[in-house]
Amino acid sequence: MIRDLHQKLISGEITSVQLAEKYFGEIDKKNPEIGAFLALTKKEALEQAEFVDQKIKKNGKIDLLAGIPGAIKDNICLNGARTTAGSKILDNYIAPYDATVSKKLKEIGAVILGKTNMDEFAMGSSTENSAYQKTKNPRDPERVPGGSSGGSAAAVAGEMAVWALGSDTGGSIRQPASFCGVIGLKPTYGRVSRYGLVAMASSLDQIGPFARTVEDAAIVFSRIAGEDAFDATSAENYGKKFEDYLNGNIDGAKIGIPREYLENLEEEIARKISQAVEKFKKLGAQIREISLPLSEYALPVYYIIMTSEVSSNMARFDGVKYGMRISDESDSDSDANGLPRGLFETYLDTRKYGLGEEVKRRIMLGTYALSAGYYDAYYKKAQKARSLIKKDFEKAFREVDFIFSPTSPEAAFRFGEKTSDPLKMYLSDIYTVTANLIGAPAISFPVGTIEKEGKSLPIGGQLTGKWFDEENLLNAAHAYENN
Amino acid sequence: MLTKEEVKNIAVLARIGLGENEIEEYQKRLSAILDYFQKLKKLDTGGVEPIGHITGRKNFLRADKVCESGDLERADILKNAPEISDGFVKVKSVL
Repeated sequence: MIRDLHQKLISGEITSVQLAEKYFGEIDKKNPEIGAFLALTKKEALEQAEFVDQKIKKNGKIDLLAGIPGAIKDNICLNGARTTAGSKILDNYIAPYDATVSKKLKEIGAVILGKTNMDEFAMGSSTENSAYQKTKNPRDPERVPGGSSGGSAAAVAGEMAVWALGSDTGGSIRQPASFCGVIGLKPTYGRVSRYGLVAMASSLDQIGPFARTVEDAAIVFSRIAGEDAFDATSAENYGKKFEDYLNGNIDGAKIGIPREYLENLEEEIARKISQAVEKFKKLGAQIREISLPLSEYALPVYYIIMTSEVSSNMARFDGVKYGMRISDESDSDSDANGLPRGLFETYLDTRKYGLGEEVKRRIMLGTYALSAGYYDAYYKKAQKARSLIKKDFEKAFREVDFIFSPTSPEAAFRFGEKTSDPLKMYLSDIYTVTANLIGAPAISFPVGTIEKEGKSLPIGGQLTGKWFDEENLLNAAHAYENN
Repeated sequence: MLTKEEVKNIAVLARIGLGENEIEEYQKRLSAILDYFQKLKKLDTGGVEPIGHITGRKNFLRADKVCESGDLERADILKNAPEISDGFVKVKSVL
């Protein structure tokens, strides 16, 4: 899609300003129903588009992504734009700087239409935890778009943006991509700088693209990847253009199917997955059954590490430096432990009223897991288990090039179906959390639809690749998509 | 199950104000999830090193040099503070 649009821009068939206006038109039409966007950055978008048009007029040489309209998740800072991360506590926060990804995209001329809705601080699997609005799944507005990057997924699926950025801590790009029937890539940990991303769980968070084709995802990904002095965990990318490696040939590639992942899988989804496996075979891939014996521990390990890091990262929202400050005039009966009462009560009130239920629940779980006497049993134990889980995968990747599974054990669910039971919501992350725990890249792509109550709901397949091997990972998904 | 006192203590450590009527709900929900965490007890992690950096990246150093904050305009930063005074963020008394 992006290549076609690029050609049209170059040939003068359409201008970047016209393209941006077309997408703002789509947003005006569809967003009141779908609720994908929290805010639009129309003035800046049109200025950027105009700049690209001028450049084309002058010498015709622009980047592939220049002038192409996209959206970014509201936990990614965009200089001068409101950045709420879906939370009331950041209701008035205007980002005073660009995240590295925003800066890179602006520099190559990409057009940013606006900021997308999300679960508060990226904590959730349905975008129902946004403090602002619901986002509906464009494939069936009675169902959730997935989460936490539900707004970005819905913007791309609803054709309100060509591409979008999300963040993925335990599946927050891949699961909504699966629910909305689009492509979602979580890169290797460190591939993309996290500077300017509102931190949730720092050892798991990674920014990545949504798009309607694998090639488009590769184009966006190439432009945000790379080492950054502002993120000490980022890794060099050597200016690689991943879209140049998509030859669609996976003859002889070895794909592993973990037997543990297929137990208890809903029949219709299991059928889609075996059909996809057949297709990979036809493309020349060798399918091997593999075992990941520690799979059953991935979810508890993930939830311990994630909540612990959440409790630490969320400590910055204290009503002092930025964000909301609240004092409700009444004092608690809690011991302030030597802090002045006024300061202590302001902390309590700001966080009580400024943060939503799920965020508070995770902070409290993490606080407990890190507290004196429990640290060894929870956080340290989980970090040890994480070493073992990584070894499991290292062993598997000596035998195979990719691991294939469903992205999610289910299709998009209805609003309210899981909000009353947090544990049930957590269990739907079963296939996605491991890629974050081990730091490997993974991509979700549509493998068909299932019929539910008269609606066709998309099902996503997930390929996990070796560390820093996005090149082959994207190519495998591209081969699947184009055959 | 966590006791009421334990829930209140966690909330204070986390600096989250809780209404008296919320405590029971948190008792139930946090306990259900903590029970689920217990699953990990079964796994033998004896002699295993906890993971450091997941992709094995080593120290990332840079010169200890003062640099200008570039685009970070002081006024833009201060605009986000709940209270300012003389170009500084004003905090509540901490002593």
